Amino acid sequence: MTVPGSWYLVLSALLFSLGALGFFTRRNILIMFMSLELMLNAVNLTFVTFSRMLGDIGGQTLVFFVLVVAAAEVVVGLGIIMAIFRRRSSATADDLSIFRG
Amino acid sequence: MLLPLAGSVFNMAFGKRLKRPFAGVIASLVVVASFALAVVAWLGLLGKPSGQRVYDFTLFNWISSGNLHLNVGAYLDPLSITMILFVTGISALIHVYSIGYMGHDERFSSFFVYLNLFVFAMLVLVLSDNFVFTFLGWEGVGATSYWLIAFWFERPTAAAAGKKAFIVNRIGDFGYLTAMFLLFTNLGSLSYGKVFGSVGQLSHTTVIAIAILFFVGAVGKSAQLPLFVWLVDAMEGPTPVSALIHAATMVTAGVYLMARVSPILHLTAGVGTLIAYVGVITAFVAAMAATSQTDIKKVLAYSTVSQLGYMFLGIGTGQYVAAIFLMVTHAFYKALLFLGAGSVIHGMHDEQNIKRMGALGKLMPATAVTFILAWLSIAGLPPFSGFWSKGDVLAGAYQSSVILWVIGALTAILTAYYMGREVYLVFFGQRRFDPTVKVHESPKVMLIPLYVLATLSVIGGALNLPISDKFRFLENWLTPVFGNALAQSTISSSARFALGAADGVFALIGIGFAWSLWVKSSSRPAVEPAFLAAGWGIDGFYDRVIARSSTRMSQFFTDVIEVKVVDGATMSVASLVGLLGKYVRKVQSGYIRNYALYISIGALVILGYFVTRAGA
Repeated sequence: MTVPGSWYLVLSALLFSLGALGFFTRRNILIMFMSLELMLNAVNLTFVTFSRMLGDIGGQTLVFFVLVVAAAEVVVGLGIIMAIFRRRSSATADDLSIFRG
Repeated sequence: MLLPLAGSVFNMAFGKRLKRPFAGVIASLVVVASFALAVVAWLGLLGKPSGQRVYDFTLFNWISSGNLHLNVGAYLDPLSITMILFVTGISALIHVYSIGYMGHDERFSSFFVYLNLFVFAMLVLVLSDNFVFTFLGWEGVGATSYWLIAFWFERPTAAAAGKKAFIVNRIGDFGYLTAMFLLFTNLGSLSYGKVFGSVGQLSHTTVIAIAILFFVGAVGKSAQLPLFVWLVDAMEGPTPVSALIHAATMVTAGVYLMARVSPILHLTAGVGTLIAYVGVITAFVAAMAATSQTDIKKVLAYSTVSQLGYMFLGIGTGQYVAAIFLMVTHAFYKALLFLGAGSVIHGMHDEQNIKRMGALGKLMPATAVTFILAWLSIAGLPPFSGFWSKGDVLAGAYQSSVILWVIGALTAILTAYYMGREVYLVFFGQRRFDPTVKVHESPKVMLIPLYVLATLSVIGGALNLPISDKFRFLENWLTPVFGNALAQSTISSSARFALGAADGVFALIGIGFAWSLWVKSSSRPAVEPAFLAAGWGIDGFYDRVIARSSTRMSQFFTDVIEVKVVDGATMSVASLVGLLGKYVRKVQSGYIRNYALYISIGALVILGYFVTRAGA
């Protein structure tokens, strides 16, 4: 049987909401970071779904770019998080308000 | 041409390390070498038939932009070679003289750097084959003149005089530049050959405008009315500088320019008349002012202005050869007068007031004799050089208008008078200086240039003797350059002789007056009124009307416009941004979740916009 495209869209919407919820409610930076990745991949799923539904390869191409950029972003983000860990051995996002204007 | 530049660069680099006289010796040697080269070039030109005496080198392409193509090149014709011969010749003599005169100065080598640089700029000016390159030299001599006037910049008056010379010259440069622009927009070229080949295409008004603007340039450079004030102040510079720049060479650049653009001037008779009148009135006004000066150099400065007026009289009446002839002989005797005055100042230990001299003839015999020869020459006594050259100019003036001739003749009497006054006050009469001052004759290195120049002043007239056409060497030499721009002489030889005799009589009258008034007495307030001593008050007038009002305007701008308007505008913009920032900074809390919230709100707004628009 073929799974209808709308299911994929619903799944990705659920994943995105889960990520957003996690991002807003959790205080640990690492968890927030994972939620962010979840949201990104939810969007990727939407792209691929629409690409299949509309027969347009453009959506899938875009996913590659998102993946590449996400990989790079993970490297930088994790690097920053590691540095923060070393300095203050905690990863609570609310402690980091030194950039307050 | 490049030799003085090389000398200047060399002295700039190593001058400080060299022992005292060597910087001067090197500087003098390069100028002597350029003189030798000029002689070689002259002999080369002499070998050609008279119609084709032109060397036109193009060294390299300098600027090429749109229609503008400028070459760096040299244009050697009888006119420029005449200039070069006397410029380098006199420069060489003055360089040698300076070795003695500046002997005690701390910045001995930098003096020669400037002097060499000046000679280089002057050669650029004279040799260039286009207007722009000439302008480069024109500005170059202006800049070096500024440095040299203000050479003793520790004295505030010298620094101010330098500035004044520079600023007044700017007015003239404006004329030159504008004339150049006009030529380029109308003819599309600035090289001498092309411009003079096609001046006929210009409309009459354009020609007049260009001629007048070039004349404005020349008026600034050659210190004519109404821009002559800078030259008198320029006497603050060292005396060899006054001799070289402000008597013999740079100030004649204006005359040279006028002679160069003779094909343009030829097309407009009216401008010629204007030039002639400006020249002769300047000559008269400056000669009057010279009668009341007490500074030995200021008499000579006014005298230079006056003589330059004669040259412009020659230019204006179409007597280009006479003007150039006067320029050359004037260079001889005026350089000699200045160097003689320098010798006196040197020997008197920096005394410049002629009222505190007197009876120096016995103490400084060599200086006195050469100075007197120069005096007789400038006074126009036959057979000295000044007689012949001034005679040519005055004969030309007589031919074109009797009024010009009368003013010129009056000036000739005044010239003989004020120079006589100076000679009697300095070298004759009572000794009026402090007896403790040890007056000494100058060293040989200063006297030799005086001897050479004295010889030239005496025999310089032989360049262009009006006895028969064969003896008019300079005229035969220069005629191909000016062609039909040159006014033909229509005076009969007997009239010419009468005019010459009259010139001699004028000289005698002037000298006689000076003798009767000044040989016994040193103070005659009746014949030296204060307003003449102040140069007719023209300088004071400029100071009150132009300098002070512009100072006041600048003051107004700094105090009111600058503070209230300019500062006000910038400061209020700055404080506005600051105020805005004060509120906006609160948005940046430092909490990531706040930022995330803002992003989501933004995303929702955008989403909402698309949803509602899609619905609509």
